[in-house]
Amino acid sequence: MPAGFETLLHQIASGMANGAIYAGLALALVIVYRATHHVNFVQGELAVFSTFIVWTLLQAQFPYWAALAISLVLSFVLAALIEAFILRSFANAPAFTVVSVLIGLLIVQNSLNGAVFGYLTKQVPSPFPDTFIVSTKFFSSHQLGSLLTILGVIVAVYLLLRFTKLGLAMRAVADNPVSSSLSGIPVGLILAASWGIAACVGAIAGVLTAPVVYLEPNMMMGVLVYAFAGALLGGIDNPWGAAVGGFLVGIGENLAGAYVVGTELKLGFAMTVIVGVLLLKPAGLFGRATIERV
Amino acid sequence: MTILSALVVFALLLAASFVLPNYRLFQLSTVLMSAVAILGLNIIVGYTGQLSIGHGAFYAVGAYATAILLKDQLAAYWLCVIISGVLCFVLGFLFGFPILRLRGHYLALATFALGITVPQFFQYSGFDKFTGGFQGIVLDKPPVPAGLPFNEDQWLYVFCLCVAGVLFLAGWNLVRGHVGRAMIAVRDNPTAATAMGINTGLLKTTSFAVSAFYTGIAGAMSAIIVQFVSPDGYNLFLSVTLLVGVIVGGIASVSGAIFGSLFITFIPNFADSISKALPWAIYGLMIIAVMYAAPGGVAGLIDQIVRKGRRIKIKHAVEPPSQNVEEAK
Repeated sequence: MPAGFETLLHQIASGMANGAIYAGLALALVIVYRATHHVNFVQGELAVFSTFIVWTLLQAQFPYWAALAISLVLSFVLAALIEAFILRSFANAPAFTVVSVLIGLLIVQNSLNGAVFGYLTKQVPSPFPDTFIVSTKFFSSHQLGSLLTILGVIVAVYLLLRFTKLGLAMRAVADNPVSSSLSGIPVGLILAASWGIAACVGAIAGVLTAPVVYLEPNMMMGVLVYAFAGALLGGIDNPWGAAVGGFLVGIGENLAGAYVVGTELKLGFAMTVIVGVLLLKPAGLFGRATIERV
Repeated sequence: MTILSALVVFALLLAASFVLPNYRLFQLSTVLMSAVAILGLNIIVGYTGQLSIGHGAFYAVGAYATAILLKDQLAAYWLCVIISGVLCFVLGFLFGFPILRLRGHYLALATFALGITVPQFFQYSGFDKFTGGFQGIVLDKPPVPAGLPFNEDQWLYVFCLCVAGVLFLAGWNLVRGHVGRAMIAVRDNPTAATAMGINTGLLKTTSFAVSAFYTGIAGAMSAIIVQFVSPDGYNLFLSVTLLVGVIVGGIASVSGAIFGSLFITFIPNFADSISKALPWAIYGLMIIAVMYAAPGGVAGLIDQIVRKGRRIKIKHAVEPPSQNVEEAK
């Protein structure tokens, strides 16, 4: 294998590992988008909160998986409460108001994270052992672990949406909240649950990000931009599309960083994807084009 | 009435240049320029109804354009400000066009990315020669034109006041003229606006560009006032701060820009002394609280109070005769 080609494969592999994280956060964004038709600007900060919880519990000598489980429960509850008590009061407000409120929540959550857990960068260990089941040439143990975890999460969300009563109710509410409510589905509970599930998916993306970069309150700001790009690329109303979009953005970002713009301007790639998708195919690769009846 | 009070305020502010110490003049200049940026953001957010979370990017572009031009003395300072504004107008148009042809709140998403990405460009080591990298650029104060009785600080303040005055007058004329009505129509009912022959995509893009123009000029002026630019100053926090100014001051209100600017200039000073996280938290809570309780912001509240006052006056004018009738019975 020529050396250049091997470097390329390396770049693609580590792009896929980053892409897994973007795919996870993009999936979380889509779950919320389908339920409430809003882009959840708080998603990244909630993930940071979950990661801080994991870090705190690890400091208190909890085993990793117990820490993660507790953090997922807390994230679910926090997100569900935010939906039920804050966003619900703006249910009939214009989109403009809701987006402003989400921005407000973004900075409140960010400053709370900073105030409670501090601004110093923290190191979070990877949940995966150094020598993973199969050691590969192209992936580090953490990268392969992240990739498999996110694929697992995607499958789990698929199974949830496709085969459970909760999933059916979530799809019904996304499709037609009024009819769902008339047929006895507790729409409010389902919306809160959607936020909660999205927060859990985001939390997993967060704990997988932390070992790569250091944990600090602004850790997910950049990741959120990539996740936006991924979700738009795949189609913001299609969970699987968004996950694929996340992976594509991860790979593209790494290749652009390695061969075109250099690592310092990588975020410019996300920007280009967002504007490019909106310019050429606003519905995304796999999204449904919305046609409005006038 | 409005014109008269605006003139009185302008005259008072002009007189202040002779009375106040230099530090206060510096503060007032900052307030004026933030007010210009907020007015600009209000044009797209309040009047055209499209949320932008990345106007800090245009502020940064304006500031850096002026700093780079001034550093090598490529143009006079007032010309730099105009060039910065025009540059932001063009960039705003090019950036806004693909996004604003679409319906929905894609602008919020795209500008969020813009607000996070642009500061990185000013840190990029490849541009160090122009931007000074992390060190930034230090600037001199603009010279006082010959024959005017001001020192450098006073002249800077008067210059700011004139720029703000012109831009506020232009903004006020824009929003109450037919373009302003078209913008409000696009905000309130895009379908009806299209039916009336408004090219909604073009109008939204142009108002985004005008808004970028205002913010760019404010950024350029701020670089001259502070005499310094560096990449740290233009993060997402700045963009959100401007948005807070719009929302607290009053959405779709020209005078609201001044209230918003006072809020974002003086509240952080106070809050920062208590805790590092507090200014952000206050901003976030203010957005939510204003949206919940007083969607019109400060300007909306004042408007309500004034109207209530008038209504009471009218009531009094009508009531006395009816009392007389009762007494007569």
